[in-house]
Amino acid sequence: MTAAPFDARRWRPPPLIKNARLRWGLGLGIAIYLAAAIGGLQVNWLRVYEGLDRGWAFFQAFTDPDFVSRWNDIRDGMIESLIMTVTSTVIGIAISVPIGLGAARNIAPLPVYLTCRMIIALSRSFQEIIIAIFFVAIFGFGPLAGVLTLSFATIGFLSKLLAEDIEALDKSQAEAVRATGARWLQLMNYGVQPQVMPRLIGLSLYRLDINFRESAVVGLVGAGGIGATLNTAFDRYEFDTAAAILLSIIGIVMIAEYTSGLIRARVQ
Amino acid sequence: MPLVERAGLKVWQRRERGKQLAIWFGWLCGTALFVYAWQIVSEATTWAFFWDAPRIAGDIGGRMIPPRWSYVTRIWQPLWDTINIATLGTMFAIVMAVPVAFLAARNTTPSKTFVRPIALLIIVSSRSINSLIWALLLVSIIGPGILAGTVAISLRSIGFVAKLLYEAIEEIDKDQVEAITATGAGRGQVMAFGIVPQILPAFAGISVFRWDINIRESTVLGLVGAGGIGMQLQGSLNTLAWPQVSIILIAILLAVLFSEWVSAKVRHAII
Repeated sequence: MTAAPFDARRWRPPPLIKNARLRWGLGLGIAIYLAAAIGGLQVNWLRVYEGLDRGWAFFQAFTDPDFVSRWNDIRDGMIESLIMTVTSTVIGIAISVPIGLGAARNIAPLPVYLTCRMIIALSRSFQEIIIAIFFVAIFGFGPLAGVLTLSFATIGFLSKLLAEDIEALDKSQAEAVRATGARWLQLMNYGVQPQVMPRLIGLSLYRLDINFRESAVVGLVGAGGIGATLNTAFDRYEFDTAAAILLSIIGIVMIAEYTSGLIRARVQ
Repeated sequence: MPLVERAGLKVWQRRERGKQLAIWFGWLCGTALFVYAWQIVSEATTWAFFWDAPRIAGDIGGRMIPPRWSYVTRIWQPLWDTINIATLGTMFAIVMAVPVAFLAARNTTPSKTFVRPIALLIIVSSRSINSLIWALLLVSIIGPGILAGTVAISLRSIGFVAKLLYEAIEEIDKDQVEAITATGAGRGQVMAFGIVPQILPAFAGISVFRWDINIRESTVLGLVGAGGIGMQLQGSLNTLAWPQVSIILIAILLAVLFSEWVSAKVRHAII
């Protein structure tokens, strides 16, 4: 007696898109797009080849960064960046909390909701740098333009996430507080705030971190901070100084991330 | 329960006295730090310019309106370049980030003491440095153009994608991996049938999310010469051609809205 023929067909995982025509069409479209996009890169290989030396020099600079010869500039820039970070985060949080409350549909009336959502959308649409260019043109060179830029950018981030958190909160707690005859302010203080506080602290710390990283960039357009020093170092091909600045940024970000991780673990 | 005696009555308090004092002290330090920082910012500011700001803002606003609509024809090419920078940059980043993520996740890394710290270092270095700074660096290495922008975007995105992806890998369900291992599957097969299907939705979500961010970031790369619509913006700003600036800003706004719409669609389709 022979064994029943074993079905030798291989099992295949089910495809992501069931409709075969759509699947192939989408694949083809992507392939055409990629061909067009890569074709449009216009790589000047000679220039790339010439630049490799400089790339190598930069890579070597990382193994031997020069903190010493421009130490005063690096220190001043870093301190200015840190100061901008603290100031802009505090101002940003102070503005974002009311806007975040206004942008939560379950506690704000419709006109307030729409206005706040519009402010958030405006702040989120443009990169910090574009805002910084305008603020520098309007408020003049210096850290104030940077602080205002970062505060404005903080609104888009913090208010949006705060509003989403408030919209998702547990209704029964707020209702219980309201049932005691609490006024609006008391409702916010005892019904809403305790529920969103851990997340608000976490987000604020995260934003502090982001603001520091961004403060290194807004200096490129004259809004204060370490960016100006970094730009100068690159322009003069002083890669060892640039490497020192970048390493300091990475170091501070690592410390900030570690600390905020510890704090977040405690509050959540 | 922390209670305090006040006029013979026991009154409830939220915290013990020591803890309350510690919190007040924390607030005091924080406020002092802020005031000190603000002081320094204020010293570096020419306040006359600040009070003059509304007039200047009105002036610039007046110059930006009406936008020079005829300029639109010169924008399509840079806008197309911008989207390409973001898309190609994201793709290169994903290709490089996936191995880094697997090396960084506690449950898939070959060595927790040697490989994982290196992978984490790659992630943190890539994340700490803004794409504009990467672009600045790459422009001085490989010359201005779209390539520098694409590489800058991908270098910046590696850390982001890898970080979120390795967190997703660490959160996978162990039972499924065990079940696949129990069938006698090799390392590669466990990866392909036990781990990958579990992280695929997260992976797609992360990629689209980063692409969305990259569209925003690639709009400004041109400011340092790395291609895209930012070059047009820089040129218009340098020549004080405000009507062109307003056109470019509208174009950027539309590109951002488009990318947000696409990413919302894709995320909706996945989840």
